[in-house]
Amino acid sequence: MVSAKTRVVNPQGMHMRPAQLLVNTLAVYPCEVTIHFGEKAVNAKSIMHLMAACIKQGSEIEIECDGEREEEALQAALSLIESGLGE
Amino acid sequence: MILRGIGASEGIGIGKAVCIREKNLDYSSVSYAGREAEKRRLQETIEKFEAQTGSMAGQILERAGQKESEILTGQIAMLSDPFMQSQMAEMIESGQCAEAAVDQVCTMYAEMFAGVDDELMRQRAADVRDLRGRMLSILLGAGEPDLSRLPVGSVLVIHDLPPSLAVGLSRENIAAILTETGGKTSHSAILARALELPAVLGVPKAMETVRDGDGIIVDGSEGVVMLNPDQLTLGKYLKKQAAFEQKRAKLEVYRNRETRDADGRRYALYANIGSAAEAEAAAQAGAEGIGLFRTEFLFMDRAKPPAEAEQLEAYQAVSRRFADGEVIIRTLDIGGDKMVGYLGMDREDNPFLGHRAIRYCLDHPDLYRVQLRALLRAGAEQHNIKIMLPLVTSLEEIRGARALLEQCKTELEQEGHPYDREIRLGIMVETPAAALIADLLAQECDFFSIGTNDLTQYVMAVDRGNARVEKLYTVFHPAVLRSIRSVIQAAHAADIPVGMCGEAAADPRLIPLLMSWGLDEFSVGASQVLPTRAGIHRWRAEEAGQAAREAMSLSTSSGVQGYLEAIARP
Repeated sequence: MVSAKTRVVNPQGMHMRPAQLLVNTLAVYPCEVTIHFGEKAVNAKSIMHLMAACIKQGSEIEIECDGEREEEALQAALSLIESGLGE
Repeated sequence: MILRGIGASEGIGIGKAVCIREKNLDYSSVSYAGREAEKRRLQETIEKFEAQTGSMAGQILERAGQKESEILTGQIAMLSDPFMQSQMAEMIESGQCAEAAVDQVCTMYAEMFAGVDDELMRQRAADVRDLRGRMLSILLGAGEPDLSRLPVGSVLVIHDLPPSLAVGLSRENIAAILTETGGKTSHSAILARALELPAVLGVPKAMETVRDGDGIIVDGSEGVVMLNPDQLTLGKYLKKQAAFEQKRAKLEVYRNRETRDADGRRYALYANIGSAAEAEAAAQAGAEGIGLFRTEFLFMDRAKPPAEAEQLEAYQAVSRRFADGEVIIRTLDIGGDKMVGYLGMDREDNPFLGHRAIRYCLDHPDLYRVQLRALLRAGAEQHNIKIMLPLVTSLEEIRGARALLEQCKTELEQEGHPYDREIRLGIMVETPAAALIADLLAQECDFFSIGTNDLTQYVMAVDRGNARVEKLYTVFHPAVLRSIRSVIQAAHAADIPVGMCGEAAADPRLIPLLMSWGLDEFSVGASQVLPTRAGIHRWRAEEAGQAAREAMSLSTSSGVQGYLEAIARP
């Protein structure tokens, strides 16, 4: 298992389009990806759960990947979130 | 019979009622066809849903725009969530039919969204419910009502208008829309305005009162519905409808134009709004920016003040919608007629002369700083937000607000949040004190906006809600007009822009005066944008100057008003 902390920088936060982009990016990795946000643990491969967590701009989150190709998945998630999730 | 609701889209629709009732989605008689068969049904339904929704989204994109279309593509994205699908599959494994799986999983997600503390996310609950209903009707073979097949002159009567149904809406056969739920800023309202369909929303028990085939008149301008009208009423509304259509057609040519007078001089024409959602309606109405965003509505009808993040989101949404224009946001204007329960404000004998607006805010810096921080941060991206202080009477108030603003900038700098370092700070000129020392105030602020509603009330010392003195409340009084003129002159002498955001800005009779005095910006209600643009276009500077000189030589309100009405150009 690998994990890393980061901050959501895009203005919209985890709304429909940014969440969609993250889910699509992670879909190719077989491992499980969980985002820890406050006290919530959110399945990052589910757009419904990502949106319902209401992760806004400026929120600090921890990404945790567990399973096959976990390191690659973590790097992909980090660079996407830090580059502003397509916004 | 007369029904009343919210006039959400202007115009008059006359026709026969078509009530769209909730479909029967009862699946209790569906028997379990076995694990594999049910999974196959679910899979086929998902594919059908995606194909249908995709084609609807394409049609909506062409007819109404990107934003409306994304509501539908979002539903496809939701349904393709692998976890939602595997939850449905699990229910089928456990012996439930595909209908039960869709129903229960969607309902669970709808409830999850309905409970979050983010307004935009809460709206997703409606999407999940729409998705559920359409998946169930595909499974049950119930079929969607096809609005495009309704006869010409149908008035749609429905509990709520889901985005998926809106695709079939067309002016060709639908005369108007009547719903039981929704307000001016709901999806239904925005869509009705985009399609220019008259709509009255939020009519309680409409579905019980109206019967299929009833003759019905929907007046979307007034928010009134006439059920089975007599010949006299019908005649009256037919005339009103013709006049409205004619006026609309004449104004339409001004929609995508700049605001210029007959000589080609450019003016800014903005809209007044009370919520982030109204920004969309303002943009569609042709506004070039926002001249007054009243933020108090963000603070009302709730248990505690909105957090910085929530305010940031609201201000940012408007700033983005008008990325090429300006967005003037007025800080919290509470007290007087607008009380906020949780702030524990005391009742006062003279609330309009009391502890309100900037006075209250400067005495509650903890509350005010949250708003100023949110405004500074919201300006980071587009640099188009301007902060406007309400009810200013003295330089000390501007200085007090500016000191707080500087404090907030330092904090944001230390915390590493992006913000607009050069955000502009201006005032609403709405007290006689501010009007009289406008030259002094102009030295320390970046812009003026004249709030004529309060200015008139304070200059005339009259409570406009008191019927016995109401007639004294008039913007045509020479004292009010002289105040306006001198404020504009003071702004120009100090080389700062000056706008107007009261009702007077939308009064066609005042256009020549405001033009000739050099008002830079008119800010009006969304529905007044095109009429005001047309009004400005009718005057040449020289004619307006003559009209202004003549009007200002008259010594009574009735004299001025009579003169301006005589020369008005409708």
